[in-house]
Amino acid sequence: MKRRESIKAIALSALSTGVLLQQACTENKTQQSETPQFTIDRHPFEKERDTRLMSQRFFTDDEMATIRVLVDIIIPRDETSGSATDAGVHEFIEFIVKDIPRHQLPLRGGLHWLDNHCLKNYGKIFRECTQQVQLEVIDQIAYPEEARPGMEQGVKFFNLLRDLTATGFFTSEIGLKDLGYMGNRPNRWNGVPDDVLNQYGLAYSEREQNETISFENS
Amino acid sequence: MPFEIKVHPKVYDVCIVGSGAGGGMAAWVLSRAGLKVAVLEAGPWYDPAQNVTQLKWPWESPRRGASTAFRPFGDFDAAYGGWELEGEPYTHVPGTQFDWFRSRMLGGRTNHWGRISLRFGPKDFKGKSHDGLGEDWPIGYEDVAPYYDKVDELIGVFGSKEGLPNEPDGKFLPPPKPRLHELFIKKAATSIGIPVIPSRLSILTQKINDDRGACFYCAQCNRGCTVYGDFSSSSCLIKPALKTKNMEVFVNAMVREVLTNENGLATGVSYVETTTLQEYQIKARAVVLAASACESARLLLNSKSTRHPNGLANSSNLVGKYLHDSTGSAIGGVLPALFGRKRYNEDGVGGMHVYTPWWLDNKKLDFPRGYHIEYWGGMGMPSYGFGFGIQHLNGRFPDRNGKIKKAGGYGISLKDDYRFYWGASVGMAGRGEAIALESNYCEIDPNGTVDKYGIPVLRFHYKWSDYEIKQAKHMQETFQEIMHKMGAVITWGLSGPENNYGLETPGRIIHEVGTTRMGNDPKRSVVNKFNQAHDCKNLFVTDGGPFVSQADKNPTWTILALSWRASEYLIEQFKQKNI
Repeated sequence: MKRRESIKAIALSALSTGVLLQQACTENKTQQSETPQFTIDRHPFEKERDTRLMSQRFFTDDEMATIRVLVDIIIPRDETSGSATDAGVHEFIEFIVKDIPRHQLPLRGGLHWLDNHCLKNYGKIFRECTQQVQLEVIDQIAYPEEARPGMEQGVKFFNLLRDLTATGFFTSEIGLKDLGYMGNRPNRWNGVPDDVLNQYGLAYSEREQNETISFENS
Repeated sequence: MPFEIKVHPKVYDVCIVGSGAGGGMAAWVLSRAGLKVAVLEAGPWYDPAQNVTQLKWPWESPRRGASTAFRPFGDFDAAYGGWELEGEPYTHVPGTQFDWFRSRMLGGRTNHWGRISLRFGPKDFKGKSHDGLGEDWPIGYEDVAPYYDKVDELIGVFGSKEGLPNEPDGKFLPPPKPRLHELFIKKAATSIGIPVIPSRLSILTQKINDDRGACFYCAQCNRGCTVYGDFSSSSCLIKPALKTKNMEVFVNAMVREVLTNENGLATGVSYVETTTLQEYQIKARAVVLAASACESARLLLNSKSTRHPNGLANSSNLVGKYLHDSTGSAIGGVLPALFGRKRYNEDGVGGMHVYTPWWLDNKKLDFPRGYHIEYWGGMGMPSYGFGFGIQHLNGRFPDRNGKIKKAGGYGISLKDDYRFYWGASVGMAGRGEAIALESNYCEIDPNGTVDKYGIPVLRFHYKWSDYEIKQAKHMQETFQEIMHKMGAVITWGLSGPENNYGLETPGRIIHEVGTTRMGNDPKRSVVNKFNQAHDCKNLFVTDGGPFVSQADKNPTWTILALSWRASEYLIEQFKQKNI
């Protein structure tokens, strides 16, 4: 119950900030007409392609609004970190479908399936349903092994969206911090910390101690 | 614009085609000996200190590191290349498969490779003597050993002295300590008789000179190293060779053919500058081909003349034949003992800290030749694909609170699952020796296909034999045993006879060799034991082409050693005025 309530709250806040987000989106659009700055090595061919993809838009505003709601249902804000949209997951999804076009049809088709499913059963498209109804619908498609016959399309769509949401979130700055990833910086690998070795009942052999590279003050 | 072939006015001593391991090493040795050297590279200039993807964050790639057609190993990977290049096709004999990986850039495929630097052992040069299959090399370990030593000292490789009969020790820098998943692997594998020893990678765990820094353990060698802490031909050979002032590098130079005179000797090469499409000729007293096994074969086959009607150096009709790649099969999964593990910086060197060299006697097995095992796992940096398929994990294993939930889901509980399961993945792959067969080959496409420069392309004919399929079966059985023993759960890669036990398509391991094999008999080989063409004394091949057999090692260290050896021989031939 508690989990469900908190998700409701998240979904609500996502909806109420929808207007703000759309403003941000228009701002993004003007930014996108400028040449993007690349901080990683780019071949001229890549620069051209990435710039072109970034200047294009695949999802309509309506579709994007629904994606925003959905990704925040999948990864909401919690005590540790912000939500999927806080981490820009919706923007990642917008880019990745242009980069990997095989995702386009399943996502667009899935969104339309979802709206039609809601329209048929609840009289409204997904985004306009109450949070309670939205979660009721998600419950029908979020558990592949228990979904009832007739929900296969929704399950398939939600599996893909969950995958892309997870990747988008945990490869963002917010997500990497949440995960506790501590690498990608100059380091001196001195072996597994002692307390971790102890935890698993492991130890380095004498040869591993003596014949490997080791550093004094790390 | 009138069509005009420009001829470089300067005549070089040596023209080298290709700047990867074989070309870079030849360039380094020859230019330091005072010879005037021209290096032609089909791709652009590349310097990992300038073309940086190292220490970048996933979000600096809009696709979060996903692969593209341009970077098949991911958006941060150093290779400008892939199995498919726009405008540079290749074809297949129907019913056969071969995937051809090409890196078009200074340094070639040494920029992204795994830095696994294994010497061939005595047995690896004499396969036929041991099991009657394939062919023996015309040289033995003792011929190559001094050059392996020199390569170790020049470039740097870490490892441990083990005294194993067919895994010769080198002049090693100290290896790094195993990481947590590697300790689990080692404990499990050694308990069932499978050895696990420190890996042997050309990464500097200690500084060896002032041109290169030491490894700082970011686990990103495939991105190229800004301090040159690992081996790539561009940073460790080409750059130092340029300092001699005896060498010039021509980039974006796609070579069409080797030019020969009425005596059948090489006089240089013709090439197209790929950004302007201007045609050039460059003249030299000797030509070294190091364009990669298949690209060098293609060049020879495309270099037809009245003296060499069958293609250059091809009187044996063996150019392109005996093409063979390493075998590969892999499985992976999770180690539940590591769920919810403590966080710390686990990035090590770029690749595995331990590996398994071949440990069995083939006389007791139903396949010839061995394989080594590579391992991976742990708390790597997330990138595209992170969290995919969580429904296969969270319905199967208890969560942080010990509760098995419904598979899939959403919300705060799902969010915590991603954290809880992270860092517990573990996997392994075999890399084995295939038998070189004359029936596996590349040739000029007989149907007339050309690339965008009008250069006739290769057609491949490659089929695995039962030997390789049985070897892959053995890999699968071994991997399952190790995974089971360590308490890991296999989540992918389990394969059976329906797909040849996960045996990868030939070419996928990117160890292809054999297309210009060496030998003492000009009728049964393309080059002699010094990589010199039997039919054309001022033509050498120093890539993987001259390999008689690939061994269960990675080819780079042997390419380097043989290229050094061939280059010294070439210098001697110049001195003796034989060339």
